[in-house]
Amino acid sequence: MTSILTKGCCDTPSGPVIAIAERTPSASGREIRTVALIGPPNSGKSTLFNRLTRLRQKVGNYPGVTVEQRVGLLAGADHPIQIIDLPGVYSLTPYSDDERVAVNVLTGKMDGMPCPDAVLLVLDVTHLSRHLVLAAPVIALGLPTLVLLNMADVFAKGGGSLDVVKLAAELGAPVAMVSATQETGLDAVDRFLHQDHNPQPSALPPVLQDLRQCRKWAGQVGDRVNYQQHLPSKWSRRLDDIFLHKIWGPLIFILVVGAVFQTVFGLGQPMSNAFQDLLTRLGQQAALFIPDGILRSLVLNGLWKGVSSVLVFLPQILLLFFFIGLLEDSGYLARAALIADRTMRGVGLNGKAFIPLLSAYACAVPAIMATRTIENKRDRIATILIAPFMTCSARLPIYTLLIAAFIPERPVVGVFLGTRAFAMLSLYVLGFLAAIVTARLLKSSVLKSAAVPFVLEMPAYRWPTWQSIGLRLFDRGRVFLRQAGTIILAVSLLVWVLTNLPLHNGGVPPLEQSVIAHLGHGIEPVIRPLGFNWKIGVGLLTSVIAREVIVGTLGTIYGTDPATHAMTLQNALRQDLTLAGAMALLVFFAFAMQCTSTLAIVRRETNSWKWPVVQFVYMTIVAYSAAFAVNQVLSRLLK
Amino acid sequence: MRYTFLMTIRESVDVALLDLAPGEAATIDHISLPPADEHFLMRIGLVPGAQVRFSRRAPLGDPSVYSVDGTEIALRAETARHIMVQRDTVQQDVVAPLGDLS
Repeated sequence: MTSILTKGCCDTPSGPVIAIAERTPSASGREIRTVALIGPPNSGKSTLFNRLTRLRQKVGNYPGVTVEQRVGLLAGADHPIQIIDLPGVYSLTPYSDDERVAVNVLTGKMDGMPCPDAVLLVLDVTHLSRHLVLAAPVIALGLPTLVLLNMADVFAKGGGSLDVVKLAAELGAPVAMVSATQETGLDAVDRFLHQDHNPQPSALPPVLQDLRQCRKWAGQVGDRVNYQQHLPSKWSRRLDDIFLHKIWGPLIFILVVGAVFQTVFGLGQPMSNAFQDLLTRLGQQAALFIPDGILRSLVLNGLWKGVSSVLVFLPQILLLFFFIGLLEDSGYLARAALIADRTMRGVGLNGKAFIPLLSAYACAVPAIMATRTIENKRDRIATILIAPFMTCSARLPIYTLLIAAFIPERPVVGVFLGTRAFAMLSLYVLGFLAAIVTARLLKSSVLKSAAVPFVLEMPAYRWPTWQSIGLRLFDRGRVFLRQAGTIILAVSLLVWVLTNLPLHNGGVPPLEQSVIAHLGHGIEPVIRPLGFNWKIGVGLLTSVIAREVIVGTLGTIYGTDPATHAMTLQNALRQDLTLAGAMALLVFFAFAMQCTSTLAIVRRETNSWKWPVVQFVYMTIVAYSAAFAVNQVLSRLLK
Repeated sequence: MRYTFLMTIRESVDVALLDLAPGEAATIDHISLPPADEHFLMRIGLVPGAQVRFSRRAPLGDPSVYSVDGTEIALRAETARHIMVQRDTVQQDVVAPLGDLS
């Protein structure tokens, strides 16, 4: 650090201040090919990663642990530079999976990961003394390190200041003031990565493992560089006075949650339906180009049906993620978690599980993806496992069909609540109760937490940016399509093959002669005690793709059956199913894990097949037992 | 002539973080939890020597929000009970009359 250059200046308070050597053509030094990005949670590291890579990134999991692995390519570099986004950590003491992964990657001990040539250390400058604790062990690793002091804009606006040049000297590493959200100061990264790097002797005290000493050192460094803490904006306090008010707080909470749900259902459901219509019409149009026969059926009923059954969920998932993103980026999500914690603790979960579980009422897929904010791994898995019990929108088609067919409309509570609405409400309650009981069961057995203290950081309120939310929607949408899409496509092709074999005079066989009908007949003895016949059996088999598929399947079966083809599906079902059997079918759908997308996402989020398998088996057993009980009890009562 | 002694009594009794009144500030003394939990809390800034202030309670009474190094962190009572602090603000001057010495 001989030629320290200070660029940008105090006349632009939010502008970058950089203390970094001028870019020199790299002649002798090693070229940087891999760089690790590390920083504490909430330091703005992910935003920075997205900005630096412009979304040219791969998302996966580190082997054996539930830690997300993100690798991207630096945008606009002369030669390809790989950026590894490490999990957010406060220190390098290997106390958690996240920290072990970070240490292993930084020291080149992670399988399949190259040892990084340089490190970008992101610290939130508004919390410098706390975040500097991470700087000591990272810089001490001896890799060329650039310290990025993020949130420079907020810091400067709040009147904060520090001597950047002095800090660079103290740390023995170049320091740059940046703002990931405003995209200022990021040119420092580019210059740093194209510089010569000679291993620098570290000037740091050897106190790296002792947090107490480290914190003391951080405080002293803060003093020496004249660190003036910014004044947190009065707005955050004032907003908290309202949002965390004893009476207004919970009221606003209920209003916000209600508004989100009203929009997701009021807007999302019609959007999904319109999208479904569009996809069906597109498929039919495209099919006209294919000669009628087995090939057209394969494309239309196998491939396209599979693709569209995934795509149909996209509007709702994106809409939910839009709101979750809005809540998270504005800072309200943490307040909601704080308000909900007291209640969630009753079932052994914490406040952060509330929004994901609520999202599961629309769709379990975004709910499970949203559990990433829950740091406690056991709490997170418990939340993932119970989320599919919440009544998602894919259950509504079969619920409405059966309720309309079997339950006559009578008033229960005057004009306010009829029997049908009451039945629907009961199914919601049923799913909710199953979730609570399961959570209790899990938390008192396999997932008994080692009582990690619950800690919730309250970020300052901020205006969410379109870019940040857009990036998130893109990212989550991509993950969903890729993960769920591939498996669903495979499963729906399989179902198509089973429905269309064996060939009948070289064409599609009548449904009752297909392999799937045989399978339906095959499982009839098992489902007979639930009050279901083989036709319902076929519906259950095909609905492993997604719950709403059963309605279509039953439509096909009863539509091709000469005895029922002239009837509406409701009437046909009334002919074929007893009241007890219909109620059992409702209960079965309330509990059963009939959703391949969810299983695929659970596998991805838990990084193992163990949890999706456990979940599928458990939910199927619960569904079977409950449906059995309902059918047996009701058919005796109704005799 | 009356003499008075000016004494400064600094209260140094450890109390739990939980016992602070809203708005009251204190310095963390020690955390009486198993090492793994102690470490977990220290990583997020609850380090002995750090200044904490009780900001506010959640609307339903628990958890409570504490301000540490300019960050607001919410902790449940079950955790705050084990974080021992020394009150900063109870610093009072006591004027003790000693009578006429002449």
